[in-house]
Amino acid sequence: MEFPEELKYTEEHEWVMVEEDLAVVGITDFAQDALGDVVFVELPEVGTVIEAGKAFGVVESVKAVSDIYAPVSGTVEEINDDLVEAPEIINTSPYEDGWMIKIRMADAADADDLMDAEAYQALIAEES
Amino acid sequence: MTMLGASGLVLNEKLLFEHSQPGRKGYSLPKLDVPAAKLPADLSREEISGFPELSEVDVVRHFTRLSTWNYGVDSGFYPLGSCTMKYNPKVNEAAARLPGLADVHPATPPHLAQGMLELMYRLQVALAEVSGFAKVTLQPAAGAQGELTGMLVIRSWHEARGSKRSKVLIPDTAHGTNPATATLAGYDVVPIASEGVLTLEEVEAHMDDNVAALMVTNPNTLGLFETNIEAICKLVHDRGGLVYCDGANLNALMGIARPGDMGIDVMHFNLHKTFSTPHGGGGPGAGPVGVTEQLVPYLPAAGVERDGDQYRFVTGNTESIGRLMAFHGNVGIMVRAFAYASTLGGAGLKHASQMAVLNANYVRARLEGVYDLPYKRRSLHEVIFSDKDLAGGCHTLDVAKRLIDYGYHPPTIYFPLVVKGAIMIEPTETESQDVLDEFCDAMIAIAGEARDNPELLHQAPVRSKVRRLDETTAARKPKLRWEDNP
Repeated sequence: MEFPEELKYTEEHEWVMVEEDLAVVGITDFAQDALGDVVFVELPEVGTVIEAGKAFGVVESVKAVSDIYAPVSGTVEEINDDLVEAPEIINTSPYEDGWMIKIRMADAADADDLMDAEAYQALIAEES
Repeated sequence: MTMLGASGLVLNEKLLFEHSQPGRKGYSLPKLDVPAAKLPADLSREEISGFPELSEVDVVRHFTRLSTWNYGVDSGFYPLGSCTMKYNPKVNEAAARLPGLADVHPATPPHLAQGMLELMYRLQVALAEVSGFAKVTLQPAAGAQGELTGMLVIRSWHEARGSKRSKVLIPDTAHGTNPATATLAGYDVVPIASEGVLTLEEVEAHMDDNVAALMVTNPNTLGLFETNIEAICKLVHDRGGLVYCDGANLNALMGIARPGDMGIDVMHFNLHKTFSTPHGGGGPGAGPVGVTEQLVPYLPAAGVERDGDQYRFVTGNTESIGRLMAFHGNVGIMVRAFAYASTLGGAGLKHASQMAVLNANYVRARLEGVYDLPYKRRSLHEVIFSDKDLAGGCHTLDVAKRLIDYGYHPPTIYFPLVVKGAIMIEPTETESQDVLDEFCDAMIAIAGEARDNPELLHQAPVRSKVRRLDETTAARKPKLRWEDNP
């Protein structure tokens, strides 16, 4: 299981890639593996204002339906439309093609408090 | 010769569309004895594409064969956790088919339907007595509508006090429908954590003056009794909130403990679970709701009142949340539930709950050590194992599929979410020790197969009419109707 060094992570198993004040968000390899085959994704509309810690979307697998939580606050700049037709991308490429939304952050410092790869791996070792 | 649908020969049954032969038909109409009139051209079409043409016997055989593929509680053990798949005694069905009950039109004037009204009234009273509430409405059509009824009652109570509370607390051991209900009732859901059971500290940490209610399931989806419930209810009340209880697991409590006595304000019943009416396959169910005295004015404008020796329908009042459906609810289900409760009586209902709890604990004791038991406390009506200790890279899904080969309906799996790889077994009071022993022997054998022949589990089921179905493709690319050329 991979956890790229350049990403930040949340306790709810989302990852964030920060490029200046833009945050790209998806779910981690651990999350997609625990969910199993993803069959449906619901994402917010572009322009939606979202708040850190609040659910912004839903991911459904053959096992369970889970909320996806916003790691940072801001406005949705872009969503990954490909996931609507082909949600399995989340299983095959959680960190690249399986990205979910891009958030224009209200405060770029929001992401500073998130976990690094090492801390996240320690968290999931504890959980499993 | 091969006979379609017969075990061991051809295991598949074609769709009706695929049985079709041009010109074959299953009707014969009398000779036309009036002048023929043609439909206007814009209202008729020459042909319906792919419409099956079949004889009567084609159709009868098709559905008769399919009916033999069914698996229900009448054919075997059905330990579906959280669903209380108890046996439905046939006397309930006989009662529901009595012409005086089955043929009453819902618009019949009450003075001509006194028997049915008396039955509804007595069921309301019986449910109130079992649960410890002031009053019960029978109207909601099933559990989810009962939940919505209860949450709308809570909302109306707050609004009548000028309170604009916007949040509902829901523990991670609650039923999955609870967050959906709270959302539909216009509330924001705040998930809270439990440690098997909910602690007073956790509720206290989240209980502010914006919380309208706490929604609990008791016993919860781990099959554990919420031991702190009384103190939790008091805390929520002290801070201006109400407590909703999902009554889906009432089968553990009848005649032993009453949610109304614990401090709970609103609860729905699932007659199709606890009171032995048929369920699965789309219902109908029934989800009556019980409330405390202060919430009675907000109940749906439906129900039966007694006036001397006469029974009449409640007309409701201005504070009522209104009606949840036309007329009086799923009355046929009420008849079955009343027959069940009357047959058993108070002592019998208590015995049913005791046996349900005993059976779950028997399964727990026999399988502990074979399967991981994440919560060691004694269970109530259901017990939750996990796949953590399973050998051979086998998972919960493999165990469930293999159980089909042993002739059982699989238990609920991957729920509750707080247990990774959950296997949720609710035997109900229906089953004898012999049946439980056979089932536990199968579970133990499967754990052995995981160790000695894991591939068998990965391939399972191997003895069923169809093998492991592709649930992923079915969910991703569902085919919802037959098409000639898909």
